[in-house]
Formats: sequence, structure tokens, C-alpha cells
Amino acid sequence: MPELIGQNPELWVLFGGLAALLAIASGIGWGLSRRASTPAAVDTIRNLVERINAWWVMVAVLAVAFLLGRTLTLLVFGLMAWFALREFVTLTPTRDGDRLPLSLAFFVIVPAQFFLIGVERYGMFAIFVPVYAFLLLPAIAALRGDVQDFLARTAKLQWGLMITVYCLSHAPALLLLQIPGFTGRNALLLFYLLFVVQISDVMQYVFGKLFGRTRIAPVVSPSKTVEGFVGGGLAATAFGAAMWWITPFTPAVAAAMAAAIVVMGFLGGLTLSAVKRSLGAKDWGVMIEGHGGMLDRLDSVCFAAPVFFHLVRYFYALP
Amino acid sequence: MRPSSALLVGVVKLLVGAYGRWFGIHPRTDAQRIYFANHTSHIDTLAIWAALPYTLRRRTRPVAARDYWGRGLRRYLATRALGAVLIDRAREQATMDPLEPLRAALRAGDSLILFPEGTRGTRAAPARFRGGLHRLALEFPAVELLPVYLDNLHRALPKGSLLPVPMVCTVRFGAPLARIDGEPRNAFLARARAAVMTLGGVTETDQAADATGAEHA
Repeated sequence: MPELIGQNPELWVLFGGLAALLAIASGIGWGLSRRASTPAAVDTIRNLVERINAWWVMVAVLAVAFLLGRTLTLLVFGLMAWFALREFVTLTPTRDGDRLPLSLAFFVIVPAQFFLIGVERYGMFAIFVPVYAFLLLPAIAALRGDVQDFLARTAKLQWGLMITVYCLSHAPALLLLQIPGFTGRNALLLFYLLFVVQISDVMQYVFGKLFGRTRIAPVVSPSKTVEGFVGGGLAATAFGAAMWWITPFTPAVAAAMAAAIVVMGFLGGLTLSAVKRSLGAKDWGVMIEGHGGMLDRLDSVCFAAPVFFHLVRYFYALP
Repeated sequence: MRPSSALLVGVVKLLVGAYGRWFGIHPRTDAQRIYFANHTSHIDTLAIWAALPYTLRRRTRPVAARDYWGRGLRRYLATRALGAVLIDRAREQATMDPLEPLRAALRAGDSLILFPEGTRGTRAAPARFRGGLHRLALEFPAVELLPVYLDNLHRALPKGSLLPVPMVCTVRFGAPLARIDGEPRNAFLARARAAVMTLGGVTETDQAADATGAEHA
């Protein structure tokens, strides 16, 4: 397995740049925390600082994964899927008859989905969850003989599996695309996707806090505003366009790809927020200080990854 | 930390998270405590133990039933990795007070994790507490009595199942139970049980052992 950073010296620059960005953010957070006077402001700034600190950890984890190569990168994404699915299942009602399908989802399907990327079996990777998991898990649940709410239970498990495992796995699956003239550099595309998704979330948060007036869907997600989405989305698209040099795209195409990532990411945040609220929760979990759960951080990646993957595959990769 | 303990903590965190949350108390590191919790799963002990900060964990010993944890791999796990204190639920050695090993651990300065229900239940509200907690509370007045509420673990590994399902569990630690001079035994036990229930936000009528309300209606 080739090392991702060893092959792509740009990644040193990129992670160095991220560290510089975070250092600036930490500086701003520190400055703001000295100036905050009202209790509400103190709370907002404390949450901001927690979020920035969590970002340091997340960037460090990804940097180490990229540094140590493809296997570890897949392992890290597999763990993310595991934790996201765990949060989904925790908030979802289950019955005793679901125990075996649930166990299989965690102990067989999650590892298998990421293993298939590791051994570069695109065909099986693409159908494993939508065909085999989709058909066999409900069948196993049916064999347990509990029909109460059967369709609702089955649908919820399927939906959780599709979002947290299948959709998310399309991010590291970028590593198996064969793009002429871009051989060995796919890690840069993965970086590009994650960077644009997350900077979009951050910019929408910043623009929303500064200029947010008009709520888009107050019931679903009170923090999403037109001003935040447009301002943050445009900023993230500009960031994405400016990073065309690490992609196989021209600057104009990089901007279009970034815009697609921004829109899908936004829709992911919105949709998963609706799911979360329908399950009666405000956050998916508690594992990332200041952000909530793993799925609160990954909701936009889950929606953006498959679309970005297939755009690149359709227009740039060998079939 | 012993490698076996570190591995065990890692596995527990991967399976059930075991995120410690402290309500009305700081996890001060020099306090000797008896942690008492509701009991719905074999993972309960491990979850509390894994949720404690390392400095507390290394001086904290779970209390486990010898009839279950006293043999084979379980014994290795319990005594070597966890440092558990094994007690005779069945009073096999009728001559000895079953609480004696617990007293010895407390005298040595260790903290204990115990489940006053004595056995695993299936409901949100714990069953009636047994008297051991009361006797230890009287005999060791300087030891803090800390209520703990565990949610969701009956979904991760319920009584009677061998199949774990990963599930996020929050371990809630509450403020120490106040001691009231001359309080009758049953009043003390009821108050201890109420402290655990308040911490979990559960009432007598809640069916499932689940603080998040996620169980099917």
C-alpha cells in the first residue's frame, strides 16, 4: 500500500495550511473569550472554542491517517461509519427481533464495505449494501418472527445503514478511481472533498452568526439561514475553486464541483436534522465536544460524498 | 495501566461509548467512594469502570458475584483486568459474612462499584435495593456514596442475550448521597434508589430501562 502523503508532498502543505487556519481561529476564539460579557455571549464563545479544539483533533487524526497510508485511512473512515451508525441506532427504536440484523450491520457490513474499497472491488462495493444488506437483513429479521412495526423497523435500519455506512464510504472510495494523468494522487481528491464540505459548514456557521436573519426551515434547523447558506456557500465555492491545483479539474470545473459539494452538504445537514428531530433529539450524540455527535459532523459529508464520487467517476475516471 | 485493562477499556468504548457525565459533582481524584448504580446488563460494571478517569479507575474495584465471575475466562477478566472483588451471593461459605471482602477493599482505601439490586433487571426503574449498601454506609462514614445511572445498556446486551449490539451509553454520576443520623435502613435504601432514578430521569412506571425514551411504545 503506497503512503498517501509520501506520494503527494502537497498534502504536507495542505495540512500545514489547515494548522495555520486553525491557529488563526484559535487566536480569534481566545480574543473573543476575553471580550465576551453577557452570559449568552460567553456560552456562544465557549461553544466556538470547543468546536475549534475539536477541529484540531479531527485534523490531527486525518493527517496521521493520510500519513500512514491507505489501510489506516480506510480504518479511520470505517470507525467514523461505526460511530455514526451507533448514534443512529441508539436514537432509533428497536426490538429484540432486530438484534441479529443490527449485530450483523456492525460486525459484518461495516468492515466488509471498507474492506471492499481496500481490495479495489468497485462492483461489489457499489452493490453490497443496496442489494445484499438490503435484502438479507430484513429477511433475517423476519425469521425472528416479530411482526410488530416490522416495516418501520426495517426501513429505519436500512436508512441508517445507507446514510452512515454506504454514503459515507464513498468518501474514501475516491481512492479507488482510476483517473488518467492523476495516478497515485487520489488522496488529494479526498482531501478536497472533506475540505470543501467542512469549510462550507464552518463558513455557513460564521455567516449565519454574523448576518443570519431569514431562517430557511426554522422547525428543522433553527441555525440554517438564507444569509448563512448563500454567504457561506459562496465562500466555500471560492475556496474550492482556489484549490483546483490539487485536482484534475480546471478552476471553473473546481468551482462547479465545490458548488455541488456545498449544495449536497447543505441538504445533508437539513435532512439529517429532520431525521434527528423526528427521533426526538437535538444532537446525534456527545462524542465530539462542542459539535454533538459524530453524525452531527458527518451529515453533510454523507450527502456530498456519493454525488462528488459519481461526478468525478462519470466525467474523469476510467469506467 | 495494565495492557489487559487498556484493551478492555478500548473495547468497551468502541461498543457502548460509556461517556461519563458528572452532575452536581466534580470527578475529584482523591475521594474514596462507593458507586452504586442500576443494573440491567453484564456490561454495566465495565461501562462505569471505563467511564471513570484513569486516576479514579485504578483505585476503583467492581463488586462481582463469585458464582458467575469466579471461573475460567470470566475470572481472568474480573480479577486480572478489572481487579474485581468477588462476593458470595449464594453464601457458599456460610461461616463468612459476604460483605467481608468489600470491607477489606474499603479499608485498603479502594473505591467500589456495586449494584444494590443484587441482580440484573429489565426495567428503567431499578428493583428494591438490598441492605449491603446501608451496612457499608454505616461502617464507613467517610466514604462518599455516589449514585450512578446507566442508560441504554439493556439494549446493548440485555439479560439472556449473548449478542452485543453497539449502542451509545451515557454514565451519569450524581452528587454524593447525604447521610442522615439515625435514618432507618429502609428509608435510607429508598432514598438511595430514588437518587439513582432522579439521575436517570425515570419514574416507577417507565417500562423500558432507557433514559432517552427511545424504546418502542
